[in-house]
Amino acid sequence: QLLLLRFTVKRLLSTSHPSVDSKEMKKFQLLAHKWWDEEGEYAALHSMNDIRVPFIRDTLLSMSSNYHLGNPLSGIKILDVGCGGGLLSEPLARLGASVTGIDPVEDNIRTADQHKSFDPVLAKRIQYKPSSLEEIVEESMETFDVIVASEVVEHVADLEMFIKCCSQVLKPEGSLFITTINKTQLSYVLGIVVAEKIMGIVPEGTHEWEKFVPPEELELLLESNGFSVRTVNGMLYNPLSGSWSWMESTSLNYAVHAVKSGAGAQSHTTDTPPETDTQQCSATAGTA
Amino acid sequence: SSAAMAALCARALLAPLGARLRAGPRAPLRSAASAPPLYDVVVSGGGMVGSAMAAVLGHDIHFHDKKIALLEAGPRKDYDHMPDSYSNRVSSISPGSATLLSSCGAWDHVCSLRLKPFRRMQVWDACSEAMIVFEKDDLDDMGYIVENDVIMSALTKQLDAVADRVEVFYRSKAVGYTWPLPSHSCDTSPWVQVELADGRRLQTKLLIGADGHNSVVRKEAEIKNIEHQYDQSAVVATLHLSEATDNNVAWQRFLPTGPIALLPLSDTASSLVWSTSHDHALELLTMDEESFVDSINSAFWSNVNHSDFIDAAGAMFRSAISLLKPSGTAVRQLPPSVAKVDPESRAMFPLGMGHATEYVQHRVALIGDAAHRVHPLAGQGVNLGFGDIACLAHHLSAAAFNGSDLGSLKHLLKFETERQRHNVSLIAATDVLKRLYSTTLAPLVLLRTWGLQATNALPPVKVRI
Repeated sequence: QLLLLRFTVKRLLSTSHPSVDSKEMKKFQLLAHKWWDEEGEYAALHSMNDIRVPFIRDTLLSMSSNYHLGNPLSGIKILDVGCGGGLLSEPLARLGASVTGIDPVEDNIRTADQHKSFDPVLAKRIQYKPSSLEEIVEESMETFDVIVASEVVEHVADLEMFIKCCSQVLKPEGSLFITTINKTQLSYVLGIVVAEKIMGIVPEGTHEWEKFVPPEELELLLESNGFSVRTVNGMLYNPLSGSWSWMESTSLNYAVHAVKSGAGAQSHTTDTPPETDTQQCSATAGTA
Repeated sequence: SSAAMAALCARALLAPLGARLRAGPRAPLRSAASAPPLYDVVVSGGGMVGSAMAAVLGHDIHFHDKKIALLEAGPRKDYDHMPDSYSNRVSSISPGSATLLSSCGAWDHVCSLRLKPFRRMQVWDACSEAMIVFEKDDLDDMGYIVENDVIMSALTKQLDAVADRVEVFYRSKAVGYTWPLPSHSCDTSPWVQVELADGRRLQTKLLIGADGHNSVVRKEAEIKNIEHQYDQSAVVATLHLSEATDNNVAWQRFLPTGPIALLPLSDTASSLVWSTSHDHALELLTMDEESFVDSINSAFWSNVNHSDFIDAAGAMFRSAISLLKPSGTAVRQLPPSVAKVDPESRAMFPLGMGHATEYVQHRVALIGDAAHRVHPLAGQGVNLGFGDIACLAHHLSAAAFNGSDLGSLKHLLKFETERQRHNVSLIAATDVLKRLYSTTLAPLVLLRTWGLQATNALPPVKVRI
């Protein structure tokens, strides 16, 4: 019975969920058990918590008037899209949030579930589901205060569909946090050649430069789908120290904070038909 | 019921198996229901440093929802009634340590009990006239002499104030620790397992070893310790002065057998810390009270160890300095003379030096004497421990506010680097001073005489000390 269910789920995922790329899924399946080795393949993602968690935390605190420093994200419902092994879900839950983590790769969810199970506080605050974003839209309309999509949008097949789904499951005036990689010559050289092939900071084949997203394109998509972009910050990884820092330039990695417009406001949707990834990329390629 | 009977039988059968498992290096996984209680931080050792660590974390805003446990092997002491007589175990508390104790609300209690601020420290040699005086330009307090019991009383009060976050286990000696793998697998617990003498078990995300220079945490974690027993013991006692005086100076004289220090307790009383050979220490402890007092006065006042050669050389150097730097020679004050010793207040304890090669491991941190043990000649022992607490609490607070795993080596290593950088030079310097001053050989005496005189004349060096 379980086998049948898994088969059905897999079929659903590949046909009616354009935000999930089955080739991408395979890549992550192979590394499912490596998530929690802080010195292993995912070391750079572990250390990214040192800037992305404070970024999310401080942004949310600055928008709230009623919080306790001992439990800063208490009462906030967060959706972690593409949660992987739960590297970002766990710190957010420790800060008090109720986190739902979704990932299409079942082995990732299994790893994440197993890791949180040892800590009763985390086990209670986090729910993991093997699922794509589209699958949960119907049951989660306007459910979440915050969505985080960290190191995810460079892996999705249809970015605009992804953003539309985010909008649907977010409450009005809810926050969307994205971290991703810019599509520039520099990001090709450093992000693919050096990071993957030479230094092994990222497992080889993880990223495809074609799918990297320039911030201008992301901003355009967000603004035309009911979001107001509040912050765009460049991020820099230092491979010698293994640590991340903020930088002015967005030519490599960057983070975005956007807010879904409130219930009363009109969203500025332009009547453009959904474009495919490659068309969008060619329109804005080469900016750095 | 039959189910209960079956469970009992199963337990009896499994007991020997359980004992073997317990002896193994990794903790077997238990279901959440039967797992031992899980704490965010367990501090092992309820002395001044362990108690302060627990109190500081308990008062940290980012630890508001965390669970902390403090394990103390001894019983809970009643500190509500401080005796009129002074205790013979006192510590010199630096202003930095006072700030730390303030941060958890303990310093107010100390001030309302009793303490003695001192403004000046005079340190001199028995073999020459060389002397160095420490005092702050702004006539602020240099430090405070506080009885250890007073500090413990204050910390106990502040621990009671955060009892909802900090659970203190008295009469609870930890007898065994089980360490997790750095990146855990499915079937072993990722937490540190602590086993108490009465069989109770705890789990924790971070274990802080504050269990003294014979630290069990350090030994069980197999952290190498560089240690050295000095062939010295410290004799402590509570002394009454011949006449009442402002008594705001700490005195220390380096005798060939070891330094003798007089630390002010009140206008009429001072605490003695006399580091000397084991044999001499035993002698001091067993002689009658009058002879004991005579020995102390003689140690501070006698010039029997002077040699004409050294005196002349010292005087020459001093006049050279006064030519170059007129203010570089301070006025020598005379230490007070002692009239009697508090009966029953004489005690001795052996001295040694120790330094752990690592202060941290995955989910483990060492603080206080568990990490480093120094000779009391510099009056720094507990201050180093309080400095460890300030640094570790800072990093743990930031880690908690970042939602990090508290036992992660990432921030623990930052603590280790900062503190080793600070501690190693001080511990080494203290050790060197101890050895330098343990001799009457003329060349070395001359060296330290000139060294001390030069240091006294040089403000930048003095300030650093």
